[in-house]
Amino acid sequence: MDATPITTPRKSATFDDYALSEIRRAAATGIYDIRGGGAKRKLPSFDDLLFLGASMSRYPLEGYREKCETDVWLGTRFAEKPLHLKIPVTIAGMSFGSLSAQAKESLGRGASKMGTSTTTGDGGMTEEERGHSSILVYQLLPSRYGMNPDDLRRADAIEVVIGQGAKPGGGGMLLGQKISDRVAEMRTLPKGIDQRSACRHPDWTGPDDLEIKIQELREITDWQKPIYIKVGASRPYYDTALAVKSGADVVVLDGMQGGTAATQEVFIEHIGIPLLSAIRPAVQALQDLGMHRKVQLIVSGGIRTGADVAKALALGADAVAIGTAALAAIGDNDPKYEEDYQKLGTTAGAYDDWHEGNCPAGISTQIPELAARLDPELGGRRLANYLSVLTLETQTIARACGKSHVHNLEPEDLVALTVEAAAMAQVPLAGTKWIPGLTGE
Amino acid sequence: MPDIDLGVTSLRELNGALHKLPKDTNETHWVIENPAGQHAIAAGLDAPLNVEINGPVGYYCAGMNKLATVQIHGNAGVGVAENMMSGFVHVSGDASQAAGATGRGGLLRIDGNASSRCGISMKGIDIVVKGSVGHMSAFMAQAGHLIVFGDAGDALGDSIYEAQLFVRGDVKSLGADCIEKEMRDEHKTAVHDILAKAGFNGDVDPSEFKRYGSARQLYNFNVDHAGEY
Repeated sequence: MDATPITTPRKSATFDDYALSEIRRAAATGIYDIRGGGAKRKLPSFDDLLFLGASMSRYPLEGYREKCETDVWLGTRFAEKPLHLKIPVTIAGMSFGSLSAQAKESLGRGASKMGTSTTTGDGGMTEEERGHSSILVYQLLPSRYGMNPDDLRRADAIEVVIGQGAKPGGGGMLLGQKISDRVAEMRTLPKGIDQRSACRHPDWTGPDDLEIKIQELREITDWQKPIYIKVGASRPYYDTALAVKSGADVVVLDGMQGGTAATQEVFIEHIGIPLLSAIRPAVQALQDLGMHRKVQLIVSGGIRTGADVAKALALGADAVAIGTAALAAIGDNDPKYEEDYQKLGTTAGAYDDWHEGNCPAGISTQIPELAARLDPELGGRRLANYLSVLTLETQTIARACGKSHVHNLEPEDLVALTVEAAAMAQVPLAGTKWIPGLTGE
Repeated sequence: MPDIDLGVTSLRELNGALHKLPKDTNETHWVIENPAGQHAIAAGLDAPLNVEINGPVGYYCAGMNKLATVQIHGNAGVGVAENMMSGFVHVSGDASQAAGATGRGGLLRIDGNASSRCGISMKGIDIVVKGSVGHMSAFMAQAGHLIVFGDAGDALGDSIYEAQLFVRGDVKSLGADCIEKEMRDEHKTAVHDILAKAGFNGDVDPSEFKRYGSARQLYNFNVDHAGEY
């Protein structure tokens, strides 16, 4: 007799393998999952935008003959010494502590070679990064670890960090495995403790106070340094407007794809908004205040290619910042260390336990033997190569759209592939004149 | 002795002039009149100056001070001597919130009361308050000493690291992981020495103070302490 036919076993789309594994992990440990990196789930992104290019109504520029400028000025509003970067791609804030000294040196070498800036992180300024970064942005964070006026004065710009895209509303986190002697000394903390930084600044609350705080920073540095305000993307219109009101020279807007050294998975994946949806409201705030291009806008969170850079600029940003991509360029998650990733229970491309300090690539670690795997000269060269490709790709797109400067890219050069992207980027759905929320057609 | 009237000279001119002084300047005594609550007066000093301010100051007076002595004959606004590195800042009146916040060295003396968050995130500074301090003082305090002649408000020393707190009066409540600790001889000596530096020459008995510090129970995450955070 034939066996009774059965339906194919079906797994739940809601309780998929990942969700079930997380439930089992939570039940076994009683603690939330902590990891590094940014949002991993699929989000509306620049992939959903396309450039139209030149045609009958617009003239393209010759790819190898006609100039397409890429430089960017930052801090022209108040600073006596604004920054002049050769490319519109900067390196985002990442701390010594979360990263090895070799990784910080690699970032400095690569950025300096390309004429752009790097940024310190929640842990103060090291001699290595100052020495190897021709343009260094010094972060003022709630923890104030290592903060001192000498470093303020030898920085090229100051970034007041309100939040970051991976965790708007959250403070820094560096677990005990990575609090080495040097990290502990720089932060005035006992070695080996779990360091959880404050999420609010200790000496100001709200934009009225921040305006006075920024005045103090300007007085201490004799009004020379550009002052940035960095926010995680959540309410970009109001945050940008308040940053301008507080006296910022530059606003840094970090989308939820932006990485972190360590925080709760639930924070990374569920708080904040994607970069695609954040740029237009921020630009609108600048335009409403008559400050677009006067207060510069740097955006970050998930930038991978020159196409991403070009799309961010077309939506109105002055520059982008990269973090995760810069780490990948210097060797993070490289498949050549697959055997080591397997030993850590993961695989190349998925490794995100940056807080545990066992990074096989020598990047998110304070273990000397692992850090020694990263050659800072080679890392710097790889980053410079990558930055060069990002710039060339951005220029390729800009020339195709007929632009002699990458800042001449504009929303009118873009269309969207999905209704969601059209609404978020406020550009028409491809083949239509329809911008959801703005036009009735 | 330069005598600067902030009703005439701009703050930017004053601070710029103070910053230009070399460390071996003989022009060390500056008097500032008519501060009228302006912010960031004498911020970012980096020379062994003696700056006297006659009147009330706004936010961040003597912020990030190095080497200098700054005497404020009046009340001080938010964040007086914030992130001080070294030197001495003396407030004859009351101080607003976050006095001495994140300070890494030097000595801050407040003759009146200090408001909330006095010594927040302090990293090595010594703070002496003749009056009382407000709530959340020494929040996440990492290093240094906070000595209070009067009382302390709610949640003193919440999430404290290795700073040492000494209070002569009452403490309304202690914050997470902050406990009273034994006042041993070395602590009495430490209090005595700081008070002497602050200008209290033997007229205060260190043994009248109680000592508070970290229980060190929250230094590494323990799921059974989750409710404490």
